[in-house]
Amino acid sequence: MATSVLAPMVGKILKVEKKAGERVEEDDVVVVMEAMKMEIPVVAPTGGTIKVIKVSPGQAVEAEQELAVIE
Amino acid sequence: MESALFSGLQGLFLGIANLSLGQVIMILVGSALLYLGIKKGYEPLLLVPIGFGAILVNIPLAEMMEKDGFLRFFYDTGVLTEVFPLLIFIGIGAMTDFQPLLENPKIILLGAAGQFGIFLTLLLALAVGFDKLDAVAVAIIGACDGPTAIYVSSKFAPHLLGAISVAAYSYMSLVPLIQPPIMRLLTTDRERKIVMGLVRQPVSKTTKILFPIVVTIFASILAPKGAPLIGTVMLGNLMKESGVVDRLKSASENEIANIVTLLLGLCIGATMEADRFLRAQTLLILGLGFVAISLDTAVGVLFGKLMCFLTGGKINPLIGAAGISAFPMSARVVQVEGQKYNKKNYLLMHAMSANAGGQIGSVIAAAVMLSVLQGMGIIGG
Repeated sequence: MATSVLAPMVGKILKVEKKAGERVEEDDVVVVMEAMKMEIPVVAPTGGTIKVIKVSPGQAVEAEQELAVIE
Repeated sequence: MESALFSGLQGLFLGIANLSLGQVIMILVGSALLYLGIKKGYEPLLLVPIGFGAILVNIPLAEMMEKDGFLRFFYDTGVLTEVFPLLIFIGIGAMTDFQPLLENPKIILLGAAGQFGIFLTLLLALAVGFDKLDAVAVAIIGACDGPTAIYVSSKFAPHLLGAISVAAYSYMSLVPLIQPPIMRLLTTDRERKIVMGLVRQPVSKTTKILFPIVVTIFASILAPKGAPLIGTVMLGNLMKESGVVDRLKSASENEIANIVTLLLGLCIGATMEADRFLRAQTLLILGLGFVAISLDTAVGVLFGKLMCFLTGGKINPLIGAAGISAFPMSARVVQVEGQKYNKKNYLLMHAMSANAGGQIGSVIAAAVMLSVLQGMGIIGG
């Protein structure tokens, strides 16, 4: 079953910590975003394999935008 | 000829001969503020002019704060008249986005709760023997809002301005150290882990424009003594939200704010003359300021717990800590603390709402205090 990693708020992507195909545990940091001049680590809601990363550093994102998909 | 030369050379040593131990200490204090601002990056925009002002005013025989002195001029025209802090408030209003608050209006209650420490500290300051007006100025450090503290002390206790400003700005930069232990002490593990969902309440442009106007009218009628404070913040915000006076908004948050910050910082430093600053009272003010900010945090978190209970566990009480003004520092502290206990917890935007509420709350708390004091006949009408 696929699970989306969603942006928790409006902001900008600073770093992408995982690659497609990589295994992640629940609570592993997938993406680091910046909001209100602060770094916010966005974690995997569940364990699995990253199917796709949908953002890249520097990209602006909306709240609830899909950042990655975990299978 | 020789004796004239000798007398002239002697003049060069007059400064050293007149240098007191207190002045040496205050020059070191000024240097320490410069170090903190330049090397450590703590509020450099303020600490650099404050530290330098403190050094200048403690140079013997320079008479910077005497009649016609260079610093005295700015102090009399900008601080005693309260014009400097009010001009800063216009800039703050122009920089503040109240959207997070308007998206989630019930959170403003946390901004109100975060101000209770001010009133508790007022009682404490009176209990330890501060004069009524001095106690008000000391208590307002709990607003965790530098310009508000400067405004109130320049109005009622200008002799304490240096100590109060230094306390207010020091504690604001120490918020990330002061708040977390209190937040942990007053919440359970389960409460800290509460995840708050996204707030998605659209806010129209009309609402954003009406907000500063309505707040000004109602809050000023309720607390007329605070009208200059509320009015200036809201004027700045109206300029930002209306979008029709970009030049004025830009000047308020840049040129005007920068010039006034420089002059205000110098003036605050200028109040730090050795014989005025090196007193037990200064330590007491630093101590009470710490108490004020700690109490604000505690009451904010406790109120957050109450809201958590009333909403059936939908509100994470940690966001109550952002009800103090220190914007946006305390909101960031809440985000960091929340994510420590639950990595899937993103409290930043909720904390920002409480923080924006705290900003309005601190200004209104000061306004209410001034009007209550007027009502009690302690200050003039």
